[in-house]
Amino acid sequence: MLAPVKIAVCMKEVPDASATKRIDPQTLRLDRSGDGTLNEFDTHALEEALRVKDASSETEVVVVSMGPGKAMDSLRKALAMGADRVVLVTDEAAAGSDLIATSKVLAKALERESPDLIVLGQQAGDSDGAVLWAALADRLRLPMISQAASLELREGKARSKRQTEYGYDVIEAALPCVVAVSDAINEPRYPSLKGIMGAKKKPQETVSLVDLGLAGDEVGAAGSRTEVYALGEPAARGETQRIEDEGDAAEKIIEYLSARKIL
Amino acid sequence: MSPDEPLVATLVYVEHHEGEPVRGALGVVSKAADLGDDVTAVLCGPGVSEFASSIGGYGAGRVLVADDPALADPVPQPRVDVLEQVVRDQGFDTVLFAASVLTADIAAALAARLDAGLNWDLVDLERADGRLVGKRPALQDSILVDVGWKRDPSLALIRSGTFEPVAKGGDAAVQKIPVEVEEWSAQTVMLEQAHEERSGPSIEDADVIVAGGRGLGSPDNFSLLEELARALGGAVAATRAVVDAGWYPYAAQVGQTGRTVSPKLYVACGISGAIQHKVGMQGSGTIVAINKDPHAPIFEYADLAVVGDLHEIIPRLTELVRQRKAA
Ligand SMILES: Cc1cc2nc3c(=O)[nH]c(=O)nc-3n(C[C@H](O)[C@H](O)[C@H](O)COP(=O)(O)OP(=O)(O)OC[C@H]3O[C@@H](n4cnc5c(N)ncnc54)[C@H](O)[C@@H]3O)c2cc1C
Ligand SMILES: Nc1ncnc2c1ncn2[C@@H]1O[C@H](COP(=O)(O)O)[C@@H](O)[C@H]1O
Repeated sequence: MLAPVKIAVCMKEVPDASATKRIDPQTLRLDRSGDGTLNEFDTHALEEALRVKDASSETEVVVVSMGPGKAMDSLRKALAMGADRVVLVTDEAAAGSDLIATSKVLAKALERESPDLIVLGQQAGDSDGAVLWAALADRLRLPMISQAASLELREGKARSKRQTEYGYDVIEAALPCVVAVSDAINEPRYPSLKGIMGAKKKPQETVSLVDLGLAGDEVGAAGSRTEVYALGEPAARGETQRIEDEGDAAEKIIEYLSARKIL
Repeated sequence: MSPDEPLVATLVYVEHHEGEPVRGALGVVSKAADLGDDVTAVLCGPGVSEFASSIGGYGAGRVLVADDPALADPVPQPRVDVLEQVVRDQGFDTVLFAASVLTADIAAALAARLDAGLNWDLVDLERADGRLVGKRPALQDSILVDVGWKRDPSLALIRSGTFEPVAKGGDAAVQKIPVEVEEWSAQTVMLEQAHEERSGPSIEDADVIVAGGRGLGSPDNFSLLEELARALGGAVAATRAVVDAGWYPYAAQVGQTGRTVSPKLYVACGISGAIQHKVGMQGSGTIVAINKDPHAPIFEYADLAVVGDLHEIIPRLTELVRQRKAA
């Protein structure tokens, strides 16, 4: 295998940064009803896949996601960037899935594709888990590399440099494998106008749990192994004073620091 | 819990580096002991038997050692095979990890293997009415959530730097455990292993830190921060994003996989304020953040939030600091 023929990229929709994120006090789940956006961290994963495709035209890049039906609107941006198609697992019964349930669903969706390489982002901006890839790799019984700050594909292997608490490692794994990339690995491209126009015509498949051979009680809240008991307030950290720069921000910073005798 | 109820059996994965257990993991051992659990630690890697019994001093009654050359590389998957076996054989109720790059991967994979629940980023643990409750800051730490597990074993990753090890004295019984690594688990190899890179500036002792992130736009712009830091008599630090990109040395990185600092003043420039960055600098006296995005998460925990372009603000700020110092 010279280049991976099929690359799957796991991407998700997260609440838009400008929307006030809230956990619904009734369901104790993140309120996903507001505006959504493509998880920024995942655009780095897609970019890495698209670079392989740029270099080898037979490569197919498929986006695999789980989320509400409206997530397709955000995922279309991935098609506009250059992905070939999207598979979105969407099902009422999947709502409220935790790590264990999410990884079960995505593993099934990925098995259907059997890609040569699976790329994930560094973290979902809403859950900040930064762990899903490991659960996925285990379910798929595939080797894995996380926190990849670089990715080289050579002779059927993936090689990455990645940071740990002690500096940089170099890790290699045989394909097919799972790689989760750091947000420093690349600068994601912007969709071109042509890309945006073309995106609408690209395949956008939605699949249900039944399509994947999963029962409702295996996933969603029923299939989750963790739960949220209660919402509380974090320890207060004092007031934040806000300045909008109107050309005098530096002066205001000095004022603030001198008033507190820091300067 | 009534006195005749059996103790909760808790397993703590203890990561080690260069022949020593890591502090964070010892902190978790101590915390588990404080909860009143029957604490067992597990160590994986060739040679771990040498320092295994010392973990007893932090509250572990027993230390399991997977002392095997198959575990030489600090990669997760072979460790998952070992832990799966141990948990199945010995039936632990709880498995705890001090979060790190390595343990996050182990914990999540183990959760999948055991079909168990994993809660991450916990900053506290307690037992209430006989059940384990984790405290997890969520939504950029704007809210603290009580989380739980629906069945055993309960797996948890503890946010780095949360619990301090408490030396109580005493030795633990050391027990060897079998190591059988599945073929596919051994498919990831480490070609080069990280060692402490101590070169470069020392930021841990600085009273003032000026830190830069990807918002600087290019590595050259670190000179803006160096000038401000010089004027303030401080040091320059960086985020992982810019260190990974090769803009600044790793020794200057603040955060989960970098240094933990607590200067009197921390000026964050072009830094979004990810949790993994926050854990390295939240102990700072005063936090000033300059970011052009009014929704940047760092503003949630800054004392002074400055919405604006750092390229305009920093040079002017440097000039003003110099003028003051000269006066
Ligand atoms: C296991 C793990 C460990 C990690 N460890 C660490 C760690 O130790 N330390 C760490 O820092 N990160 C760590 N991270 C990464 C962390 O999640 C973030 O990805 C990283 O901190 C982001 O760096 P940044 O703020 O420089 O970049 P970005 O998130 O890209 O933020 C750049 C910011 O600059 C602002 N900006 C852009 N232009 C300007 C301008 N002209 N003026 C003002 N503002 C501007 C933008 O609005 C944005 O908020 C870790 C992640 C994982 C998964
Ligand atoms: N529902 C989902 N659908 C597709 N990919 C996901 C989903 N949740 C998480 N991911 C992927 O997993 C990565 C890590 O997510 P997390 O562990 O939830 O922080 C993200 O960057 C995505 O690439």
